[in-house]
Amino acid sequence: MDEFELLKLLRKNALESPANLAKMLGITEKKVKAKIAEYEKKGIIRGYQAIINEDQLDLERVRAVIEVKITPEREGGFDRISARVANFQEVKSLFLMSGSYDLLVFVEGRNLKEVASFVSERLATIQGVISTATHFMLKAYKDQGVMMEVKQEDERLKVSP
Amino acid sequence: MSGSKSRRNYVAPYVRDTPRSGIREFFEIVSSRKDVISLSIGEPDFVTPWHIREAAIFALDHGATSYTANLGTPDLRQAVSDYVRKSYGVKYSPESEILITVGVSEAFDLAIRAVVEPGFDVMYHEPCYVSYPSVIAFSHGRPVCVETKRENDFRLTREMLEKKITNKTRVLILNFPTNPTGAIMPRKDMQEIAKLAVKHDLVVIADDIYAELTYDEKPASIARMPGMRERTILLNGFSKSWAMTGFRVGFACSPPELTEAMMKIHQYTMLCAPILSQKAGVEAIRNGMPDIADMRNEYRERRNFIHAALNEMGLPCHMPRGAFYAFPYIGDYGLTSKEFSFRLLNEEKVACVPGSAFGASGEGYLRCSYATDIEEIKEAMKRIGAFVQRLRKR
Repeated sequence: MDEFELLKLLRKNALESPANLAKMLGITEKKVKAKIAEYEKKGIIRGYQAIINEDQLDLERVRAVIEVKITPEREGGFDRISARVANFQEVKSLFLMSGSYDLLVFVEGRNLKEVASFVSERLATIQGVISTATHFMLKAYKDQGVMMEVKQEDERLKVSP
Repeated sequence: MSGSKSRRNYVAPYVRDTPRSGIREFFEIVSSRKDVISLSIGEPDFVTPWHIREAAIFALDHGATSYTANLGTPDLRQAVSDYVRKSYGVKYSPESEILITVGVSEAFDLAIRAVVEPGFDVMYHEPCYVSYPSVIAFSHGRPVCVETKRENDFRLTREMLEKKITNKTRVLILNFPTNPTGAIMPRKDMQEIAKLAVKHDLVVIADDIYAELTYDEKPASIARMPGMRERTILLNGFSKSWAMTGFRVGFACSPPELTEAMMKIHQYTMLCAPILSQKAGVEAIRNGMPDIADMRNEYRERRNFIHAALNEMGLPCHMPRGAFYAFPYIGDYGLTSKEFSFRLLNEEKVACVPGSAFGASGEGYLRCSYATDIEEIKEAMKRIGAFVQRLRKR
């Protein structure tokens, strides 16, 4: 078995039973369970979440991506400021980027005003933050490899040689 | 003229006498049902990778709507040459030894027509792809089938062939990995068969359409074996490797005089393969090798699952080493494979092709395709399991 085959399968469907995973990988169920426990313990698997099409729910919620330029610190580089930003519960994902800005911040709020005030009052005021550019998300087409709307129809004949 | 006189039958007797494909009737019944899980589809469930489709769209955008050379576009022949050299270790000249065809189906027909004379014996192993005996018969050859068996993991041996060989035998067809059994050939056995082919001066038509889909070891390529290149027609295509069945494009590699012969028939009947499909084929070979690896990995997981599930429910099944079919034995329940699959369809809404569709020696088996989403396979296995349990209680 490829070292990552089990992880790939879990990433596709985290709810897959250990018995089925064992069959697919050609190993024992016990080994599957032990592997998963090991991944969890080592922190390689950091959690399990459902992928939700929020556009289908009548949620009072907006999502935005913020490009942030920061000045790296003499000791600590980008990491200290990044950790401060990541701690806000509005921040759902955070990445250090190459290119014309440094941090890419994914935030969620109840409405536009809430996100706007997070940016102006919390984020932009952190020492070392030079500038921010906020983009609100309008619609999700594909998220984490999953298509949000179109379901591909099977056009194949029902029986073929 | 009197209208009551019975009309002459216009159809040539040898066509009239050819039976319809065994899956035809089954297809019609399955198509009329709703909510059926189909494990009877002989093509990938993946859609052609986007970059390949995009290459075809780009070509169309730029006005690629013409005929091509009979042999196929120089680009694609060069790409095929490189691909075959890399994966088979055999060199074929793109100028004179490669013919691009409308799928391996056409390539197979051309190969048979190019080498079979009326009255020749053409050997093939069974259970096999549905078209072999009929295509041989269309060329007025005599189809001679060699049964392969489960005890042997449906492999072919030299001894089996020797029993059926006559002084009229001119051609041997090999299809490994095999549709419908998923069998592959160990190198040693293949070398023996190569020796036999040399000894009896046979032409070997190697239908290698599933060659990229093997899950445990790379298949042994007969064209590389001593004395074989000159007598081998190697057939392969894009349908299974890159999920391009609808593009209808394949190729034949063989020495110049055989390529020339096939080209002549192709030239007068098909002219050339569709240009868009050829453009897509170039993209597949040049940039699509990682796609095959991804699909292969997924097929392997499904294969492992379906093999374990079938054996667990009491349908003995050898490990299929290639293609995307499991071929379990279902002969322990007093039903023919046709009865078994019709009842399975009626009672559990799962469609699997009866083994008898692949020749008489497929009787007692069922072909379960795992070119189907894993969730569907799981549900199908539950239903087949329940069906088998009911049969057992009776």
